[in-house]
Amino acid sequence: MAQLSIEELNEKALSIRRSIITMLHEAGSGHSAGPLGLTDAYTALYFKVLKHHPQHPEWPDRDRVIVSNGHTCPVLYATLAESGYFAKQELSTLRKLNSRLQGHPHRNISIGIENTAGPLGQGLSTASGIALSFRRDQLPQQVYCFMGDGEQQEGQNWEAYMFAAKYSLGNLTVLIDRNHIQIDGFTEEVMPINSLKDKLESFNWHVQEIDGHNIAGIVAALEHAQSIFHQPSVIILNTIPGKGVDFMENKVEWHGKPPNDVDAIEALKNLKSVDEYE
Amino acid sequence: MSDKKEAKGSTRDGFGHGLVEAAEKNTEVVGLCADLTESTKMHWFAEQFPQRYVQVGVAEQNLAGVAAGFAMTGKKAFCASYAAFHPGNSWGVIRTSICYNNLPVVIVGGHSGLGTGPDGATHQALEDVAIMQVLPNMTVVVPCDEEEARKATLALAELKTPAYLRTSKHTVSAITTRDTPFQIGKAVELKKGSEVTLIACGDVVEQALIAAEELSQQDISVGVLNMHTIKPLDVSAVLKAATESKVLITIENHQVFGGLGTVVSEVLAQYSPNPGLRFRVMAVQDTFAESGSGEELFEKFGLSAKHIVRMVEGCLK
Repeated sequence: MAQLSIEELNEKALSIRRSIITMLHEAGSGHSAGPLGLTDAYTALYFKVLKHHPQHPEWPDRDRVIVSNGHTCPVLYATLAESGYFAKQELSTLRKLNSRLQGHPHRNISIGIENTAGPLGQGLSTASGIALSFRRDQLPQQVYCFMGDGEQQEGQNWEAYMFAAKYSLGNLTVLIDRNHIQIDGFTEEVMPINSLKDKLESFNWHVQEIDGHNIAGIVAALEHAQSIFHQPSVIILNTIPGKGVDFMENKVEWHGKPPNDVDAIEALKNLKSVDEYE
Repeated sequence: MSDKKEAKGSTRDGFGHGLVEAAEKNTEVVGLCADLTESTKMHWFAEQFPQRYVQVGVAEQNLAGVAAGFAMTGKKAFCASYAAFHPGNSWGVIRTSICYNNLPVVIVGGHSGLGTGPDGATHQALEDVAIMQVLPNMTVVVPCDEEEARKATLALAELKTPAYLRTSKHTVSAITTRDTPFQIGKAVELKKGSEVTLIACGDVVEQALIAAEELSQQDISVGVLNMHTIKPLDVSAVLKAATESKVLITIENHQVFGGLGTVVSEVLAQYSPNPGLRFRVMAVQDTFAESGSGEELFEKFGLSAKHIVRMVEGCLK
């Protein structure tokens, strides 16, 4: 898996984006823009960097992925299915009765979901607890935490930023989806977050700010973060919400709604596989 | 209870000693605190097991979340602060990160109730049982004295699911002994009685016992049931008391809504076998209290033995 080329990774990302559109369309509710914007980061992490065994999801030595921005779970589910944790057909059960794929993720390690998330601002504390526990037990596992940019407005995150820095959690890497949108509008209008990089550096975190759609660059940033031993790391991913679907890109209105029949067809046309293009 | 000269103790002391014992027995026990390590009595644990103690600073939401993280790695986490802040400030994190994940975390809410005294109403948590008992997967334990708090801590250390342990700084006489049985969800009959049953929890169990003694001088036979577990409630003990008594009174150091009185009411309203039963709830009556000593506040807010005696007498008229 770790041997995949950048081209192959880009194909994975395209496949994940198609799954996201299909599952949201079938669910009839959910968030579109965030999952599409995060797809390249999930692809880089799950198919190039993360130590995990989809066939043995409870493998104790696995790295941990904690999702704080639970509303982006279609990208988590699509990535887990793409990785082989469960069959892709199950994606069509999203948000439906008796599904393992809840509208916001519910912890179920047997299919790779490490934590329950939905109320924003909670994931980093959990990830920090896991990371400190691993460090104290001298275990080598890495802990990753996906966060949104809007949720930086939650106070609990700043409690956790202080905490992770105090305990020098070098085994913790946060990926922030800096897409500038949240439900009520643009982040800098709703409640300004800038300059996030300066804020986090002043909290004694190691900060990288990168293009969130360059898979090779994301892989390099994740690998660099692992080489920082005495500080927690954050990677600010500058992303385009709705990335890959031209009419969703950078549109606030696509933050919290799914594609309808027409939208879905248009979106899937946008997301032809590389082969189909050629 | 006969030996009133016995040294007094608090449930927070019992927690502190219990945690050290639990940690000695189980190397996976960890303790986390939000800048109140000594006054929650986690400091004995912290001194003995510094590598298993985590200081999170004044940050109760993070306290609950970090505890959830430790629990996800197989640890048994105890996270303590004052109940007014934890679960007071951390409820949403407890709900989603701990309860929905169904993790083995014990939330320890110290300085609960009027016994918090001079600090005043800001610090006297009187709503914590209500907001904890409504959470799925949650166990709620309110021990009555130091020894019971020690045993409760040891019992909760074995639990694989979330729990709330309510402690207090208020000191009471020893009510239970090393030999008193303690089982989560199983009420303890402290005194047998035929006419009246007082069902109490926490540091006002002492007041119930004093009242029962006084009433026995008037030839009124009063039993005292220590309902240390609010959830899961010992329903059969409640129904037995309701069957055998003419008067049933609950007493708790908590708001009248959502605590012991509420859960017992729910059982009686649905299943009471005794239509002639007189039932009363003694609790803080939907108000904030104020500064004062614990005893003064019990008196002013209606939870002292004197008030209990008066309530029983009124019910028997």
